[in-house]
Order: sequence, then C-alpha cells, then structure tokens
Amino acid sequence: MMKVKIYVTLRESVLDPQGTAVKSSLHAMNYTEVQDVRIGKYLEVTMEPTERPLDEVVKEMCEKLLANTVIEDFEYEVEEAVTR
Amino acid sequence: MSLLLEPTAEIIKEEKIYSQMGLTDEEFQMVENILGRLPNYTETGLFSVMWSEHCSYKNSKPLLKKFPVTGERVLQGPGEGAGIVDIGDGQAVAFKIESHNHPSAIEPYQGAATGVGGIIRDVFSMGARPIAVLNSLRFGELQTPRVKYLFEEVVAGIAGYGNCIGIPTVGGEVQFDASYDGNPLVNAMCVGLIDHKDIQKGQAKGVGNTVMYVGAKTGRDGIHGATFASEELSDSSDEKRPAVQVGDPFMEKLLLEACLELIKSDALIGIQDMGAAGLTSSSAEMASKAGSGIEMNLNLVPQRETGMTAYEMMLSESQERMLIVIEKGREQEIVDLFHKYDLDCVSVGHVTDDHNLRLLHNGEVVADVPVDALAEDAPVYYKPSSEPAYYREFKAMENVEPEVENLEETLNQLLQQPTIASKEWVYDQYDYQVRTNTVVAPGSDAAVLRIRGTEKALAMTTDCNSRYLYLDPEVGGKIAVAEAARNIVCSGGIPLAITDCLNFGNPEKPEIFWQMEKAVDGMSEACRELNTPVIGGNVSLYNETNGTAVYPTPVVGMVGLIENLSHITTQAFKKAGDLVYLIGKTNTEFGGSELQKLVHGRIFGQSPALDLETEKQRQQVLLQAIQQGLVQSAHDLAEGGLAVALAESVFGTNGLGVDVDTTGSAVTALFSETQSRFLVSVSAEQKEAFEAAVSDAVQIGTVTDSDTLVIRNEGNTVIQRSVKEYEKSWRGAISCLLN
Amino acid sequence: MKFAVIVFPGSNCDIDMYHAIKDELGEEVEYVWHDAEDLSGYDGILLPGGFSYGDYLRCGAIARFSNVMKEVVKAAGEGKPVLGVCNGFQILLEAGLLPGAMQRNTNLKFMCRTVGLRIENNETMFTNGFVPNETIKIPIAHGEGNYYCDDETYEQLKENGQIAFTYAGTNPNGSRGDIAGIINEKGNVLGMMPHPERAVDALLGSADGLKLFQSIVKHWRDSNVVTA
Repeated sequence: MMKVKIYVTLRESVLDPQGTAVKSSLHAMNYTEVQDVRIGKYLEVTMEPTERPLDEVVKEMCEKLLANTVIEDFEYEVEEAVTR
Repeated sequence: MSLLLEPTAEIIKEEKIYSQMGLTDEEFQMVENILGRLPNYTETGLFSVMWSEHCSYKNSKPLLKKFPVTGERVLQGPGEGAGIVDIGDGQAVAFKIESHNHPSAIEPYQGAATGVGGIIRDVFSMGARPIAVLNSLRFGELQTPRVKYLFEEVVAGIAGYGNCIGIPTVGGEVQFDASYDGNPLVNAMCVGLIDHKDIQKGQAKGVGNTVMYVGAKTGRDGIHGATFASEELSDSSDEKRPAVQVGDPFMEKLLLEACLELIKSDALIGIQDMGAAGLTSSSAEMASKAGSGIEMNLNLVPQRETGMTAYEMMLSESQERMLIVIEKGREQEIVDLFHKYDLDCVSVGHVTDDHNLRLLHNGEVVADVPVDALAEDAPVYYKPSSEPAYYREFKAMENVEPEVENLEETLNQLLQQPTIASKEWVYDQYDYQVRTNTVVAPGSDAAVLRIRGTEKALAMTTDCNSRYLYLDPEVGGKIAVAEAARNIVCSGGIPLAITDCLNFGNPEKPEIFWQMEKAVDGMSEACRELNTPVIGGNVSLYNETNGTAVYPTPVVGMVGLIENLSHITTQAFKKAGDLVYLIGKTNTEFGGSELQKLVHGRIFGQSPALDLETEKQRQQVLLQAIQQGLVQSAHDLAEGGLAVALAESVFGTNGLGVDVDTTGSAVTALFSETQSRFLVSVSAEQKEAFEAAVSDAVQIGTVTDSDTLVIRNEGNTVIQRSVKEYEKSWRGAISCLLN
Repeated sequence: MKFAVIVFPGSNCDIDMYHAIKDELGEEVEYVWHDAEDLSGYDGILLPGGFSYGDYLRCGAIARFSNVMKEVVKAAGEGKPVLGVCNGFQILLEAGLLPGAMQRNTNLKFMCRTVGLRIENNETMFTNGFVPNETIKIPIAHGEGNYYCDDETYEQLKENGQIAFTYAGTNPNGSRGDIAGIINEKGNVLGMMPHPERAVDALLGSADGLKLFQSIVKHWRDSNVVTA
C-alpha cells in the first residue's frame, strides 16, 4: 500500500481571502512577523500499487478532480504505507 | 479489546462507577431492584443515559404536566418527535424546538449545526416535510473575544447546516445579556408540513417485524462521559475521540428525501430519530410506546470505527441516523429505497413480545433490560422550591422612570443595543428563501411562508424576554407566550399552538426550581387563555457558569395560520398619508426594560404587568381588522417601547417618515415597555371603518414622506432626526461591535 | 418547450426551478436524476442551485463527473440552451463549459439578499427580453460566488460580449469586473450566481427573473419557426 500526500494550494496570482483574513487575525494577535498566509488543502490518499506509473495516475487524479487548475496548483509526495 | 477491560458489575457498584455516569446511589439501587441483579457496564450506561434529565425529564415532569396539551386542532401532542396541529384541507403543521446549549458552548459551530440537524430529523421522522427553521439564541454581552467568537461560530454553524440541506432559516431572535456569558443558549425550531394521512409514529409494533438502521455510520462521537472511568481501562488513549458530534448536512439531505419517500410505503411500521442517547433511546422508546420489546445484534450496526463496544455503540450520538421498523419480509425493498440515495440500511434486529431491550454483541447477550424501565419508569423528583430573596426585594420597588437627558440621542443609543439592533448581520448568512415560499423574510414580527397550491400561509416566531422572567417568572412566562401570539397576530395569523424550550439553571437549587415552577404556571395560564396549547418541546437545565445561572429563559416557538394570503401584514409603514394608531394604554413600566439596562447598567424592580383578558381581546380585535383589510402595517411594542417600534416601522421604507404626538411624561410615552400594545398604520380612506372596528385605538400621527422621525410630547418636539441616520445606527450596530 | 431540471444529490433549488417553469412560465418541465443517460427529449437544460455532494472538495467538483454531465456537454454542443444557476454555474465552470473558477466571497460568509443586476448584453438567447443596461432585482444566496478568471480570459469575455450580467451598485462577493453571469462563446450556455427562479412571483418580492426564462422560450420559438 502507498500513501500519497497531496497538497493543493492557490496559484500565486490568485487572491486568497481566507489567508488574508487569517493574516490580519495573526497581526491583531501581535504576530507582527507574519508576512503572508496562504491557505490550501491537504489530502491523504491510500492506494494499491498501480499498473501505470504512479506519478502519471496521481497527476491525472489531481488535474481531473482534486485540484482546479484554473486557480490551484498541486504537489505531492509518496510514502510506502505500513500494511495493517 | 476494551470490552474485556470494562469494569465488572461488582466493581461498578463497589467503586460507584455509576455515579460518574450520572446515576445517584438511590437510582442505582432502583436499577438493581428492577433487574433483580446488578447491571453490567453496558446496562448501567443504558440506565444512566435514559434516566438523565435530557431523556427522562425527571426533574421537570411534574411541571410539564401543568401545560395544556390538547385542543380542537391538536393532532399530536407532546411525546413524539414533534407535535402536530391541523390547518384544514387534510393538511397539518408539525413543529418542535430543542436546545443544543452545552455542545454549542464547547464547539459552537458543530454544536449549533447538529442542533439544527437534530430538530429537522425530529420533524421529518413524523412524516412531515420540513419547510422552515428558526433559531432562538442568547449570548453574553458582545464585548469579549470569547462571546464574539461564540456568536459568530453559532451563526455560521446554523447557516452551514441549514443552507446546505436546503431548508430556509426564516427567523428567530438573538438577545444579549451578561447572564449568558459563559453559557450561550442555542435553541433551534423546525416547522414541517404534512398531510394527515402521512402522520407517522415512533412505535415498534408487531412481533417479528424487522428493526432497521438507516443513515450515517456509528462512531464514538458524542458519548457523554465516555472519558471518565475508562480512562485507564481502554487499550490505548489515542483511540479516544472528542465528544463533539460533527454534522453532515449533505447526508441529512439524502436521509430526509429517502425518509419522505419511505413514509409512502405501507411496509413502514414505525420511525424515530436517533437523537440524544442515540440507539438506546430510539429503540427503548419505540418498544415502550408499542408495548413490545426489541432484540438487536450490535455486530450488524454500521460502524465508522473499529473495536467499538456495546456501550459505545448504544451511547454514541453520531448524527444523521434513524431507526425504523419494517413489516417482516419486506426488508429488501426498503434497502433498495435507501441505496438509491447512497445510504446504509441494514436489519439489526426484530420486535419481540417480552417487553425487554435485548442486545447481542459478539455472540453474547450484553444487555437485557425492561424497555419501560428505561423509557417510562425513570424516577420523578419533586424538587424543593423557594422564593428567592431578590424577588421579594424587586417586588417591593416602585416603578420609576430612568432619568434621560436627551431623548433623541437616547433613542439612537437604544437602537444600537444589540438586542434591539438589526439582525441583518445574522440572517444575511442564512438562506431564508430556498424552496421559494418565504413571503415575509427575517426582520418583521414573524416570518411568513405561503403554502404552495393553497391561498394559505403560516406565520412563525420565537420569543422570550428573559429579563422580565428574571424579575418575575410568572408574569414573564405569560408575557413570553403573549408576545409570540402578538407577533403572529401582527402578521395576520391565528395563533395555533406553541412548542417551548425551557432553559434554566440547576434545578437542585430551590430558587431555580421556583423560577421554573412560576414560569410554567405563567406560560400555562397564557396558553389556556390564548388557546395555544403546548404540543411539545424540550427542557435544558444546569445552564450555569461558576455557580451563576442564566436568566430563566423558556423560549416560546409559535406557529399561526394565515387563512388567506391577502391577510399577510408586515410591520413596515406602506405609504405617506397613512394614519398611525397606538392600541393600548401606556403606564410607567421600566423593570427589565432596555432603557433601564441602558441607564443603570442592570435590571431591577417589577416586570411589566400583563392582563391576559385585555391581551386576548386586543389580539382578537386587531386580527379581525387585519382580516377585513383595514390595516396597512402592524407591529407589537416590545423592547424599547413606542419610540423603537416607530423607528422599526419606518426603517427600510425608502424615504418615508413619521410624525406623532404623545401625551403624559415623555420618557414613559417613548420608552416604557407596557405590554399588550400595538402600533398600526391605516389608510386615510379607512379611518372610520378602522376606528369602528378597533375602538381602543388612538390616532397618534401620520406617515409622512419626509424621511424624518418626529415625535412630539405635549406639543413640544422631543425627537426630530433623519430616519437614514437612525437606520444607519441600527443597521450597523452588530457588525460594529464585532469588528 | 420542454425543460429538464437536473437533480444531483444535494441539489436544493431544483423544486424552485421546477415550479418557476411550470407554474409561472407555463412550459413543460421534468426532474432528471444525475445518473440519466439521455437528454435528447429536452429543449432546454437547467442546472439548479444547492450543495451538490455537499460542496465537498470544491463546489461542483464532484457533480461534474455525474453521468448526466456527458449529456449536458452534448446538449451544449448541439446548441441547446443550458442554464446553470449558483451551484449549477459552479458545475458548469468545473466542467469547463464556461471559463474561469469560483472562489469564496471576499467577506468569507454566505450571503442571502436581493441585489441589483445590470443587463450587460441583451442580445443573448437568455436576455433578449430585457432592454440594454436595464437593472433588475434578483436574489443571491451563496458562499462562493467570487468569480475569478485571468486577464486574458477577462478581455475575451468583454470583447465577445460574454458578460451577461454584472452587479449594479455594491459587488457583494468580490467577483472580477463585478461579473454576476457569463455565457460561452457560442452563446447558448449561461452561468449565473443570482437566482432568477426565486424572482418569478411578486408575492415573494420580485418577478424580474421571469423575463430570463421568457427570453429562452422566445428564442426557441423563433428559431423553431425559422427551421420548421
């Protein structure tokens, strides 16, 4: 079994209203060091070994469903999961 | 397996583990007597949860008996998921209110969301299509970050659930007072429509019939007190889940549609929501009501987590689940029905004739207890009651006017008090239009929804001024019912019935129990007089922080029938030249008023008085005038008195103003909170007809097109300010306090 | 004219759309479940609002893979009118039938209110009953109606007259260029955040939305007379 950790983030050019709100909240709490906050999604996908190359399959899943590439980018890393 | 580590029956008794579950020594002894043996761990859990106040009403039962619960229109009184009232043409309205105070204090978003989800299930478990949700909310003063957080998250939770499931959130109320600082109140009411022939009951009838579990899987969420004794007993502590239930409105939407399809099937015998005490209460109550028993195999229960014990499954409060009883042999068609909606539906047991709830797990009987003992025979306590000293002190006080220097500015300040200020910040977040029946949106006296395909509509409201109740629970209780009825009448509706949510402090304190007793007395009397029986409700006790109770807050949810769409009336003035009338005499009554709070920073003295006969007569006369088409707008006088009511009636009218004359002391005329008063506007052409119909109405002025609020007193102009300016203060107050 | 109202699990404005067509517009209409495999019997396709699949992952992201969506794409290709309202608009974006994407409202809150809409293009099959620059009152009810597209797309939308509606007065959600509704290049697919089906009866506050549906029917009648 494989564990794929997928990070979906907003593209740099896209305004992130949630992140902006969190940033001002942190500033209000006196964390003045905070420069910027961007909020994204984290997904954990547990998978059987794939017939096609894993990279190809994961990329396809991300492009088709998990991220909206009009506004989002994605990255992922693969971990060998311990079988139960 | 944690099952093996559960304490034995002997240890439960010796180490009084039952007391951590909420049973007293006497109650445990009762359980032992009922069973004729010691209960095991699971059985102790069943009794503790079913005998909790929440499920058994053991402390409030003697009081609840005082409520009038019958009437010519009542089809279903208290005892089922929701009460039902006839509205003619084979249709009926089902409604109920319920609290989710404690969960909301811990996790406001999910607490409020699951409160909404639970009350919606109560209504569709009766077979009714939910058509509206209302919320009655109480928070501390909007000053600390914690209170602001609770307020914002509760509203977001209600919105998140209601918007997604697609039932409009059409109204309710929000009040702020320091007594709710650590203990917010979150009461949700749901109203549903049903045809008489579709009314369902939560009964497990017919020996051999199949008990089925439908909806979401069972997890460890919501197991109250599950953290307690098992702390060192469970196999690993990271297995522990927080006790907060998480709502899934999408799942509930599917469950709702599936259940409403299910009620059309004649294979259905009984249906009940798994609410508080989940699988335990639904199974025990359904069997007890039908005079039967139930046997279930817990291995068949759909589970979200592994290694769950019988105790955990029975006490779980996972959301979006229902228990149904189906005619034996017809399981497959029901399974197919639910699968269409992608929902789990499995047979978990059957109806028996031995009056016991028998649970099997891993091939063993893990519980075998009489259903009546769980559901019906919980102990009932008659708590001592004693009149609090503060009450005697307040009662002895004279009614005095607070001192006011600048009436014009005082009105501006009153309009910014969060309890009076516009709640647009709240209801802007609620989809109050979905299903396109909302004729009167939030912001008027009551919400109004048309009944599609008919000329009828329903008016609905929630009310309770807890400050009056604190000063005098009996009069305050009457006022809560009367005010709800006023709101219905002002909308053009005939008050039908009420549901109530009794929010109080710790009933073991005699002063608190006294408040409950008196409030129920007052409410009962008002319900009798106004012909609005109590068709169901909920009790929430122990609402205290650091030993201080919230104000007594028995929230009244009322539904009224508008017989014709043409009767629908709102509080807003309609056109310049209309005549403005005040119905009802004004006395100097400031105990518990907004002005008293504003000037003195606290409340004291006597609550406003209420004469139920006068109240009833005025409501009837006004309703008739509305039905005859003699009234352009109607608004009851409540917090802040006449001046606030005038302002509210002119807000949102785009350029209208009002010019009125008052007599007597200006402070009393403008701000007194004397009850049973109405502000009405009437077309000039209908002056004679209206005056003939409503003999005690006094014309006090006219609607103008000046965009100015003008109030004169004994000939002197005491207020003259732009409506826009007042409206800006009123509209912006809450968002201003939050930022 | 016969309309299909597509019902996804979690759709909740389906009934409003249905009644708007049947009771107020007076045309034929049927509910079509998300697993339907044939839309050939319908002249117009309506994707209603709601929270399809709970709006989990992203609004419209899961619904877009429903069986029926292949048929919706086909119908759009054939030039049939396809209207997506609110969640329906989000699904059309996810499905790539319209350009751009949806973000959360800038105030991060769900908002329900009636807003002013300006008709930017009254020469579409959805807006032919309005006069140029007419302002109408239509309710909105959404948490993610903040329309986003890149500069290039925005210029194209403007150039091609694909912006059907903009918010008049205050922009409630922060959408690019105050956009409230857009059409595809071909002009037969409209996505809009405001709910015209909630504005078809003066009893509930506004009947301005009815003209939109009447425009669709008019266009259909006109083109059917020509081709007949």
